[in-house]
Amino acid sequence: MHTLSLREMTQALQKQQLSSTELTQHFLNRISNAKTLNAFITIDEQQAMAAAADADKILIRGDGKPLTGIPMAHKDIFCTQTMPTTCGSKMLADFHSPYQATIVKRLAEQGAVLLGKTNMDEFAMGSANESSYFGHVKNPWALNRTPGGSSGGSASAIAANLIPYATGSDTGGSIRQPAAFCGISGLKPTYGLASRFGMIAFASSLDQAGPMAHSAEDLAYILQAMAGFDENDSTSINKPLPDYPAALNKPLTPLRIGLPTCFFQPQVDSNIQQAITDAVKVFEQAGAEIVELNLSMQPLWVPCYYVIACAEASSNLSRFDGIRFGYRTPHADSLIELITRSRHEAFGIEVKRRILTGTYVLSSGYFDDYYVQAQKVRRMIQNELQTALAQVDVIIGPTTPTCAFKLGEKITNPTERYLADVFTVAANLAGLPALSIPVGFSAGLPIGMQLMGAHFSESRLLNLAHYYQQCTDWHQTRPNDERGFT
Amino acid sequence: MSWETVIGLEVHAQLKTKSKLFSAAPTKYGAPANSQTSFIDAGLPGVLPVLNREAVYMAIKFGLAVNAEINDLSYFERKNYFYPDLPKGYQISQFQRPIISNGYLEINTTHHIGKKVIIERAHLEEDAGKSLHEAHPVYTGIDLNRAGTPLLEIVTTPCLFSAEETIAYLKSLHQLLRFLDICDGNMQEGSFRCDVNISLKRKDCPQLGTRTELKNLNSFRFVEKAIAHEQLRQQDLLEAGQSVLQETRLYSPATDTTHSIRTKECENDYRYFPDPDLLPVKISKNDLAQVEMDMPLLPNQIRADLLTNHSLLPEDIEFLLSSPALFRFFKDVQSKTHAPTKILINWLKGTYSAALNEAGMTFENPLVSVDHLASLLNHLTDKTISAKNAKAIFASLTAGADDIDALIASIGCQQVDTEEGIDEIIHAIIANYPQQAADYRAGKEKLLGFFVGQVLKQTKGKADPEQVNHLLRKYLA
Repeated sequence: MHTLSLREMTQALQKQQLSSTELTQHFLNRISNAKTLNAFITIDEQQAMAAAADADKILIRGDGKPLTGIPMAHKDIFCTQTMPTTCGSKMLADFHSPYQATIVKRLAEQGAVLLGKTNMDEFAMGSANESSYFGHVKNPWALNRTPGGSSGGSASAIAANLIPYATGSDTGGSIRQPAAFCGISGLKPTYGLASRFGMIAFASSLDQAGPMAHSAEDLAYILQAMAGFDENDSTSINKPLPDYPAALNKPLTPLRIGLPTCFFQPQVDSNIQQAITDAVKVFEQAGAEIVELNLSMQPLWVPCYYVIACAEASSNLSRFDGIRFGYRTPHADSLIELITRSRHEAFGIEVKRRILTGTYVLSSGYFDDYYVQAQKVRRMIQNELQTALAQVDVIIGPTTPTCAFKLGEKITNPTERYLADVFTVAANLAGLPALSIPVGFSAGLPIGMQLMGAHFSESRLLNLAHYYQQCTDWHQTRPNDERGFT
Repeated sequence: MSWETVIGLEVHAQLKTKSKLFSAAPTKYGAPANSQTSFIDAGLPGVLPVLNREAVYMAIKFGLAVNAEINDLSYFERKNYFYPDLPKGYQISQFQRPIISNGYLEINTTHHIGKKVIIERAHLEEDAGKSLHEAHPVYTGIDLNRAGTPLLEIVTTPCLFSAEETIAYLKSLHQLLRFLDICDGNMQEGSFRCDVNISLKRKDCPQLGTRTELKNLNSFRFVEKAIAHEQLRQQDLLEAGQSVLQETRLYSPATDTTHSIRTKECENDYRYFPDPDLLPVKISKNDLAQVEMDMPLLPNQIRADLLTNHSLLPEDIEFLLSSPALFRFFKDVQSKTHAPTKILINWLKGTYSAALNEAGMTFENPLVSVDHLASLLNHLTDKTISAKNAKAIFASLTAGADDIDALIASIGCQQVDTEEGIDEIIHAIIANYPQQAADYRAGKEKLLGFFVGQVLKQTKGKADPEQVNHLLRKYLA
């Protein structure tokens, strides 16, 4: 049951070969048997079963939509009214949002059955899911390894078939990197395509919500339900949505693929390089033209990203002051102590590091050298990528330079950790859509390939990824259940 | 030594929008604490601001009124600091690129007619909430009703050189904002707040001295007093060879002094940067044209217009300009009455204002309607009622009566205005008081009042006093 695609589940539900109640119970059972992965922060069986019963009524009436009755989970960064929203932090460990995120609302309106909230790096800051206040998440492919981050809970849960799909958020690679590490498919849409309202902000100009699932086809159905203009988000774009599922089977060619030379440097795992080369051949055999790209700005992607992301984060996280909601220290004698101690006691080390970095780069005397400079560099990065994407339909490369690393590895060296984002941050800086799909294994660990396209080219990216997944079965390869997490 | 005072002003004008700058919550003053606070105003996790275009429209209106540049592209920035009544830990304001720049407002003082006060910039920003220190014995309460209310911060260059100029500018600005209908101007409620930047320099010195910033000035009188006090304080320091500290000082009306609340060293580094949640504010030629069409008459235009009526004194005109509601009421009545404008103004200034005062009301909520007052003044002008009766009828109208024709009829006071009727009465009275008549004729002119009184008494007030006066003078001559 859990290996069905979303389209197959929808068909089975609509033909009443399967009920949402059965499906939901099945996934709840799988979740409770896989507690060791620690993929979830909250699970609400009662709510889930009630939602499934509602969905079944809709399905029996024949009013089911593509996602009606299918179980799913939200990354715990999306505000939900019916479950706590912790953002992986002690700061919000007891926070119950009085309103729901636009994306939560939209999926609920489609009849999605919410089972729970997935684990994540604290405030989405991290690429190993080790900064969560609720403990690290394990990679179902190797339990001593990270699932990636920050949407590690969603990725791990999907890879282990605990849930057919989940939402994620991606500020610098937080959907694509865990998707790559866990062997699933994940899409970061164009900036402005999916509403940010109700998604707790990390870096507002980079944050974007997106779907995570097994295949490009699954992603197309979820994106259709999630995306679209939201008047509550000033940066959301008001334009009609294409029919993503309908675009999946469009002709592949003519197709020009850009391969940046910088994506194939010696520090990139050679098995990964080989897997990408093999994957590109699939397109080549179908008639795609390969263009070598020189992205000279690439060495500045990560430094530029960290200046801007930290600057925005330092301000976005100022509202967590212990006054109106969230954690409040019991040890304060003055206002300044209340704010300082609440933040000191409730934020983890990585969050503090980024707040400090961001505060520093915005401070008078440093602002011009860091923040202003980073904004200029960001513009140059955008221009270079847009110029490249005027020549090619898609830029392809590895999603990550290595496969999932061991839990605890590199934890003492944050700058080395930040290099896990080396290929993914560019899409955020330029607001471009990018997705990651599985393209093979290296020593038993999944390899992800990133496809990055021009603004609003989601249909095309999904079309390419779907073509690839029609030719290969990496996306259907699942970790061995017998290894102990079930 | 001779010192020159240099003053620059920052006025925070609360814009009269229906909802807040970045949320749909209402902006009414005085509602129960936190009853006008949306999740956005409270800065809950995940919320996002959406700009209220009405505030932009009002800012443009102001810019046009002060001949300023309306910037086709401006943007919002975050001013970061921690304070309990600042829910997000930053205030959304405009810093590098305000919506309005380089305008001016003309003011008149005793020494300078038509002085141009340079308005360097005016920018949009959101207000903070309020800390309620008295609401609870142990805790400080936070009321976020005001949080997110739109403000237009209007900043002058240091181009004012006295308290008189400062007050003249503030009053003109206050009047302008009210006539533009973008700010209610209520200083007590904080809708019009003024910070004074003041420094002293030697008369011949081109360089400005160190300034202090004065706050908590919620009336024009306090502004004047605070400036006077601060001028003296700074002068004493300078003359004693000490230097003025750059600091923020709070005026306390109780002691009529200022005291330091913050020195420059303790000021926050606000870490301004463009707010990534908001798009830049774009103003098209089309937007401008639209606002231009909606521009009301400005106080200076009204003044010039009224001056063409030579019977009006400058103080009459200033009276009419003292509130937009009053001016509107005046214009409405004027369009419906054939009474001379001067008479109408006298009524508004005297009887009408007195009645409003007594009722604790303003022209915003007229006690007697435009139609009633127009009708009353028409009857008066046509001499179908006397001034005295007009006042009596007015009193009934203020007490709630609303059928003016019935009032005129029921009070039984169709004015005695046939010359014969009054002639007879006057002749009889002069005959009844021969001694007084003789004294009057001998030069005791005060006695005219006595005769007027007698006539009015006999006619039970129905006679027109003006006519009685005229006839008495004629027959006593």
